Amino acid sequence: MSKQEKIVAYELRLYIAGKTAKSVTALANLKKYCEEHLKGQYKIEVIDLLVQPQLAEGDQIFAIPTLVRKVPEPIRKIIGDLSNEEKVLVGLNIRPA
Amino acid sequence: MSTAKKNKSTLHYQTLPKTETGIIGLDEITGGGLPKGRPSLICGEAGCGKTLMSLEFLVRGAIQFNEPGVFMAFEEKASELTMNVASMGFDLDKLQAEKKVKLDYVHIERSEIEETGEYNLEGLFIRLSHAIDSIKAKRVVLDTLENLFSGLSNQTILRAELRRMFQWLKDKGVTAIITGEKGDGDSLTRQGLEEYVSDCVILLDHRVINQISTRRLRIIKYRGSVHGTNEYPFLIDEEGISVLPITSLGLEKEVSSERISSGIPAMDAMLGGKGFFRGSSVLVSGTAGTGKTSIAAYFANETCKRKEKCIYFAFEESPKQIIRNMHSIDVDLQKHIDKGLLQFHASRPTLHGLEMHLVAMYKIIKKFKPRAVILDPITNLITVGSVSEVKAMLIRLIDFLQEEQISVMFTALTLNNIVNEQTDEGVSSLVDAWILVRDIEFNGERNRGMYIMKSRGMKHSNQVREFIITDKGLDLVEVYLGPDGVLTGSAREAQKLHEQTGDVLRDFAVSSKDRELIRKRKVLEAKISNLQTEFESAEEELNKIYQQEELIKQVTRTTREEITNRRRGEQLIKKGGKNE
Repeated sequence: MSKQEKIVAYELRLYIAGKTAKSVTALANLKKYCEEHLKGQYKIEVIDLLVQPQLAEGDQIFAIPTLVRKVPEPIRKIIGDLSNEEKVLVGLNIRPA
Repeated sequence: MSTAKKNKSTLHYQTLPKTETGIIGLDEITGGGLPKGRPSLICGEAGCGKTLMSLEFLVRGAIQFNEPGVFMAFEEKASELTMNVASMGFDLDKLQAEKKVKLDYVHIERSEIEETGEYNLEGLFIRLSHAIDSIKAKRVVLDTLENLFSGLSNQTILRAELRRMFQWLKDKGVTAIITGEKGDGDSLTRQGLEEYVSDCVILLDHRVINQISTRRLRIIKYRGSVHGTNEYPFLIDEEGISVLPITSLGLEKEVSSERISSGIPAMDAMLGGKGFFRGSSVLVSGTAGTGKTSIAAYFANETCKRKEKCIYFAFEESPKQIIRNMHSIDVDLQKHIDKGLLQFHASRPTLHGLEMHLVAMYKIIKKFKPRAVILDPITNLITVGSVSEVKAMLIRLIDFLQEEQISVMFTALTLNNIVNEQTDEGVSSLVDAWILVRDIEFNGERNRGMYIMKSRGMKHSNQVREFIITDKGLDLVEVYLGPDGVLTGSAREAQKLHEQTGDVLRDFAVSSKDRELIRKRKVLEAKISNLQTEFESAEEELNKIYQQEELIKQVTRTTREEITNRRRGEQLIKKGGKNE
């Protein structure tokens, strides 16, 4: 959050399973929040578990969609379609709770 | 079913296909295992063995039935699980490397998770699906699925997803076990998982009664199959789980008319000269210090001498103690142990509950396959159960042993000298032979008397024998039944001495009478010979007179003839002699 870590301070991963309505909503929501609050300092990686099921274990994914904040640590997970902006921002520690 | 009986393939088609668990005893109760391709629920309180049972199901499946399995853990990490079951000889790392078992730990940490909006558990499905496909699993375990509920707050979604999960498992065709913690009150699981898993529900229980714990298992429901409905005790030891199905209450066991020696020749003599029947149960009861253990040791010794295996369950003394003590009566049990014919299993009755004792014994017996078993003493078991419980347990033990044609000897301590049919834990009616050893207190000393209370199917002595223990071993002597009643010990010896004195005196009296008789006979004989001599002389006298007369006659005749001849001359003597 300091100015030095500006470049890709947030590494986010969104796990989905196919292009379901929830996944699409989640991705759209995520992009919107990031553009609003973390412009230029984030990276989003979308992983489709239907294509790469072996990746689910590594990040302990059980719910879909799941957003994982890999960086900065600690790892945080937000599950659901990310419809509640407030919760997502708190969850990602962008805004203090 | 009548048509099914005729046609085997029809039977096969009609009955529910089952997957063997490989867990000792469980397959017998369930009639072949868990329903194939369906989820089963194992529920119970914390620490009752749910995880272990489900894991054993997987491992046995992988090893014995070549059915790989996936273990999805929600509670313990893979490394923890591996370590936990290593003590039972399950090498999960090796099995994982061989792609026979796959462990997947699902970590759900509430503090790390934020829920916003709609979601589903597709991630879990994908993981499970991936795991199943990667090793072609036939078996799946979901260990404490309910942990999801503590990690996630949206119950509506969870419930819907669980329902989908169970349906999905069925569609996958895997035999699954889901474990669940027992909930409060009557509910089997905290989250009501039994609503979803309706095919087979097994309840595990870990009860502590009188500070002694017993694990039990009960099949609550098994759709489409007959199953045992009782509560079955089970044991967790270094070989995993063993369930003891005690269902054989039918009295249809084989019987043997072969006779086996008790090791004490005199006792065999009391039992019709040949000893007990093989596979029969013998109760030796008596008051403290009457030599019950010695009798049992003799029996064990005799069994081993016949090169047959024997197990000695000691509930009071340690094996070393028994071996040492038996040396004093010239019984060497150690050599049988060294040869592997004799096994000692000593445990305090309070070690575990009655049922556990039974399961433990059952297991040991199954493994060692002895021809004779000794339980010394059963009285101590009463400390862990009531009389009726002990009796029930012993009934089942006897049942089991008789089915296996194993002879059994129980020893029991009677607390008083009154022979009471209800003592001896009530087993006296179950056993085939009952030998009672009791103290006979008389004349300032205690002696052991032994009698056979009963012995089914054979002629047996009704006598009380004195039972003596010497350096040379055990023996029975006939008690003295004198005019003053039963005499034992030194009183018997005294009586014997007394009798011996009597014998000597009588012998003496008899011999002097004999001599008198001889003398009298001699006198008589002398008299007879005297008379005979007299008679002979009289006879001779008479003969003499007769002969004299005869001689006189002869002489007279000759003289007359001579006179006649002299008158007629020489020539005529011959002629005249001829003419006359």
